[in-house]
Amino acid sequence: MSRDNILHKVRTALGRSVGQPPPPLPPPRIVVPTISIDAKIASFCQRLDALAGKTHVASSAADACDYVRRIVDGREAVASNALLLHECGVTALPSVRSGITDREELRALCATAAVGITSADYCLADTGTLVMISSREEARLISLLPPIHVAVVSRDRMLSGLDELLSAVPLPADQSSSMVLITGPSRTADIEQILVRGVHGPGEIHVVIV
Amino acid sequence: MSAAFDQKIHETVSNPALQLAIYTATGRLADKRKSAVADDYLPEYQELRDQASDVKKHTIDNLDYYLEQFERNVDAHGGKVVYCKDGSEVADFILGLAKEKKAQLIVKSKSMTTEEIDFNERLEHHGLESVETDLGEYIIQLAHERPYHIVAPALHMTRYDVARVFTEKLGVANEIVIEKQAGIARIRLREKFLAADIGVSGANFLVADSGAVVLVENEGNARLTTSAPRIHVAVAGIEKLIPRAQDLATFLKLLGRSATGQSLTVYTSFLSGPRRSTEIDGPDEFYVVLIDNGRTKLLADREKRESLHCIRCGACLNICPVYRKIGGHSFPWVYSGPIGAIITPQFMGALHEPALPFASSLCGACAEVCPVKIDIPKILLSLRAEVKKTPPRGIPERLERLAYRIWAWVMRHPRIYEMVAMAAASLAPDSKNGYIRAVPAFLNFGPIRGWLSQRDLPAPAPKSFRQIWRARSKP
Amino acid sequence: MAHRVSLFVTCVVDQLFPKVGLAMAEVLERIGCQVDFPEAQTCCGQPAFNSGFRAEAREVARYFLSVFANAEYVVIPSGSCASMISHHFEDIFQKEPASLAAARAMSPKVWEFSKFLLEVAGVEDVGAELHEVVTYHDSCHALRELRIKQGPRQLLRKVRGLELREMDVAEECCGFGGTFSVKFDELSGAMARTKIDSVVRTGASAIVSIDSSCLMQLRGALSRADLPIRTMHLAEVLASR
Repeated sequence: MSRDNILHKVRTALGRSVGQPPPPLPPPRIVVPTISIDAKIASFCQRLDALAGKTHVASSAADACDYVRRIVDGREAVASNALLLHECGVTALPSVRSGITDREELRALCATAAVGITSADYCLADTGTLVMISSREEARLISLLPPIHVAVVSRDRMLSGLDELLSAVPLPADQSSSMVLITGPSRTADIEQILVRGVHGPGEIHVVIV
Repeated sequence: MSAAFDQKIHETVSNPALQLAIYTATGRLADKRKSAVADDYLPEYQELRDQASDVKKHTIDNLDYYLEQFERNVDAHGGKVVYCKDGSEVADFILGLAKEKKAQLIVKSKSMTTEEIDFNERLEHHGLESVETDLGEYIIQLAHERPYHIVAPALHMTRYDVARVFTEKLGVANEIVIEKQAGIARIRLREKFLAADIGVSGANFLVADSGAVVLVENEGNARLTTSAPRIHVAVAGIEKLIPRAQDLATFLKLLGRSATGQSLTVYTSFLSGPRRSTEIDGPDEFYVVLIDNGRTKLLADREKRESLHCIRCGACLNICPVYRKIGGHSFPWVYSGPIGAIITPQFMGALHEPALPFASSLCGACAEVCPVKIDIPKILLSLRAEVKKTPPRGIPERLERLAYRIWAWVMRHPRIYEMVAMAAASLAPDSKNGYIRAVPAFLNFGPIRGWLSQRDLPAPAPKSFRQIWRARSKP
Repeated sequence: MAHRVSLFVTCVVDQLFPKVGLAMAEVLERIGCQVDFPEAQTCCGQPAFNSGFRAEAREVARYFLSVFANAEYVVIPSGSCASMISHHFEDIFQKEPASLAAARAMSPKVWEFSKFLLEVAGVEDVGAELHEVVTYHDSCHALRELRIKQGPRQLLRKVRGLELREMDVAEECCGFGGTFSVKFDELSGAMARTKIDSVVRTGASAIVSIDSSCLMQLRGALSRADLPIRTMHLAEVLASR
């Protein structure tokens, strides 16, 4: 059986025996800086703006909803089941479909929608990153198939960076089958190193912080 | 060297358009990397390298432990680990799975490991359609070519090349605008993503404490490959393991910056198992194919084992003055650049291309930029010694060995050395400004001929340093 | 402080560029060193080592160790030869305890010329004068194995009348690499020409480096291209008055 053969070869190559514990592993390098929420939000917006993402720090839930309405502009949109979206009134916007729990239905909608609206589990300030953990509230394809992605995120979800994320969530696999870090719009430079956006994920990304 | 190697080098070096493409593309990536790891931007860069190197060393030196831990965690999350000895076993597994699930269409995200085992060719041979979805890989798949660079597969192609490939293979009207070309690919591939039965990815990292596969990309094709189809299969070499999710704080910081100068690529996916019962979408089945294909051989060589620490960032390619002239297709195997030069002889045997370890000036730039501190020049030197221990191939190699034996003897006898030097000097033709442009035919062989083919040769000094010093010292 | 310095001039300097060795001796004497030249010297063994002939490299390395056994400082006008002795002798003598010990004892005595001036003699200004626009080429072994980067530039900045202009690819390999230059001649030539193009863009009339092999490669390419730019070893610049 290949499994046993390969493990046997590995052990022989390394001079190790079955079940032999390894020596101590160097501890992980996690450095979490102390930064104010406002500084984090400013950094997040600066980073994402520099990547051609669009950010908006909302003055209120209504303001956030208004921003989303302007982006959606009456086009077909799919929203996730995140509570925050409901609270802000985003899911009540005309042309926005939400509350979908059937996989096939969701996929079909995402394939034709102009805008995908989600919340996010965390934001990373030093890179302008959204952290999306797949769950009952957040499906994978909403932030992936439609050409425009809008995320409405609560300001208290703002983390300083990857170190803080992995400090807060050391074992993402315990929670979900998928954690995705999204840093700006989809891009490629595969042809003559010329930058093209929106192949294959969303070419436009908006983050509204509320 | 083999005629093929020599010929490919010549074709690339003598092609000005290709030279410009390779040099500018790699130069741009190298500059971006340099800015991204500069002191003012990432002051902890050297610390991160040390940490990454230490963690990789520990993992590789205790690989069996981490493989088993990984497998337990994949199982615990509802996935399945499949060990494969080689490409043939991987193909058998995929074909078996496809048959069982009545699958016909596979979409694939970028994976050098699958290139290594001719994954697409094997499956197509059995009637399965396997479509590359990374834009660069999609183009070269259509063109029936191998990737040119670890990170930028179509680096060598112009928009006109792409237009030609699209027209020939997709039947579209001639389109030379790059944005529109990307748009064509987007539409075609979207169909495939949504129709595919199986999504096959590689893995940038395998996380032992989570049973997770980490995928790093800019386009979103890996996310689509692993989220749209019902089955996700990740194919990865056994050396891709890292111990903990928290180690990503080190590795992700190094990978994006080293590869393209990005602090993080657009998408980083951390995938562990099929979708959970509460999740709305995602695959129903999750497999991780762990492949050996000769890696256990490299593991056994303690001195060169660190070759397996590589995280496939491509930084060594971008900085290498040799790669920047000869390009990816001059290399004899799928892995090119300095990392290709050290692992190819280890996987394929030193005699696969005996000249390969010598195709380097040993400048050391690669070791300087390697995020995990692989001492590439040291390994090249070790491989050179290995090649010279094998029987010589032909008269020139026999002569070379004899020449070095004589040289070593002469260098231990200073008076002989002086006599030989004076004799050689007396044969030299007249020089202009101390440099010789041509020599008489009887001298125009081997190293002299090689030198003169590209540059003028310095004439021996009328008096050597030791002669001058000796005269100076006489009272 | 009269340091006793033994010169290891390298075979390239001995046979092709003796002026470099003489310039180095002159500067060392000027700053008060007592200079000797062990006549029995030949080579450090690097050509054989780089070509994979370790047994032959060991023979020549052993000989080197015997010739310089009693030296206090060994000063060398080449980064690659210096690092061969101070870094790589250890690699080839792993199975020979006596030679390994001798190599380890030798290593701290071995100094590339510019490093010796700055770190042992503690001298930055050697009283040199040269009215010229030059550019500096970072030799690979010196740069990466001996970490020689700012030192030569510091020394050049003290040369009266000298203007130093940086080329945009100063750290890129010139393409010499020992036998690489003739085994992969077309490739080596292409690498040299890339450097030359960058040098031409600076408008400098000379390229300076601390390694004569690099200078030989670059000057050979310049000469072939009929360009009037010359090459000078750092020692020659510092000896200028």
